[in-house]
Amino acid sequence: MASNASLLSGDDAVSGVPIPADWRDFVALTKPRVMTLVVFTGLCGLLVAPGHLPPILAFTAILCIALGAGAAGALNQWYEADRDARMKRTARRPLPAGRMDRQAALHFGVGLSFFSVLLMGVAANWFAAAILAVSILFYVFVYTIWLKPRTAQNIVIGGAAGAFPPLIGWAAVTGGVAPLPIALFMLIFFWTPPHFWSLALFVRMDYANAGIPMLPVVAGEAATRRQILLYTGIMAAAALAPVVLGLTGLIYGAVALVGTGLFALMAVQVALHRESDPARMGPEKRLFKYSVLYLFLMFAAVVVDHWVHLA
Amino acid sequence: MTPEEEQLIRARQRSRSIVMALVLGALALLFFGITIAKMAG
Repeated sequence: MASNASLLSGDDAVSGVPIPADWRDFVALTKPRVMTLVVFTGLCGLLVAPGHLPPILAFTAILCIALGAGAAGALNQWYEADRDARMKRTARRPLPAGRMDRQAALHFGVGLSFFSVLLMGVAANWFAAAILAVSILFYVFVYTIWLKPRTAQNIVIGGAAGAFPPLIGWAAVTGGVAPLPIALFMLIFFWTPPHFWSLALFVRMDYANAGIPMLPVVAGEAATRRQILLYTGIMAAAALAPVVLGLTGLIYGAVALVGTGLFALMAVQVALHRESDPARMGPEKRLFKYSVLYLFLMFAAVVVDHWVHLA
Repeated sequence: MTPEEEQLIRARQRSRSIVMALVLGALALLFFGITIAKMAG
């Protein structure tokens, strides 16, 4: 068993006596803001799936998606504590700020991972539990440990980790997958690069200082702006695919057309913008904020469209 | 250890214990609900 000193935190230590981490720091370790989008897309996948899941089991399935995302976030912060300390955006997180011991974060992340997967298996089904396990492992091993420190394509491939929730929500109800959740997976997958790169443009120096090879650091701003536009085009195709393939109705189609049109307009503004000062990167910040709203709107439209068709 | 240090540690331990009790209570209720739903299904 580890000594008390190794279990307790750093900066909070008073006169050499370590202080236990606050429970709020464990919550912060799960990246609650990122979890919101994960839970929402998972819930939408669950709501549009054919079949019936008793409310308590549906609630448990969504809870498992949230806990699984939280576990992946905790393990990400455990692995990246040193890098986070070098970035202004992440320096105040519990580990780099010294409010929590690394081992406690590791135990919390691993424990939460196992618990979320097992609970999903027991409450919903083991297929959904398997996809949840794959999404956690993908985020930790493929994205965090392998891709992120090595290649500028980190968030392109790693984006798959964040795209799993609609598949998991659907699988929790049906025990399988179908074209619609796969289309929703593709939408999040191709949404991730323009979302992250618009952020990376105005926090480029942060990433550079931390030694993370994000696209603006490695390939420069002009190339990043072109790639944002390129991936927005692919994302637009993915966004319109469900209605073209007849997987959704016209309500989703209308929202997708207008919402994606606005997204594309902002991406063009970013592509044409020539500004290196983060303080003056208005179009980039606007695209980043809108991209979050966009994904919420698109998934809400899928659910509304589904309910209108049922009525 | 000064009284202030001890007070801080006790306060942290107390708040963590309360949160843990609430989480365990919620889990007991959740597992009860899951069991009933599974039996009904």
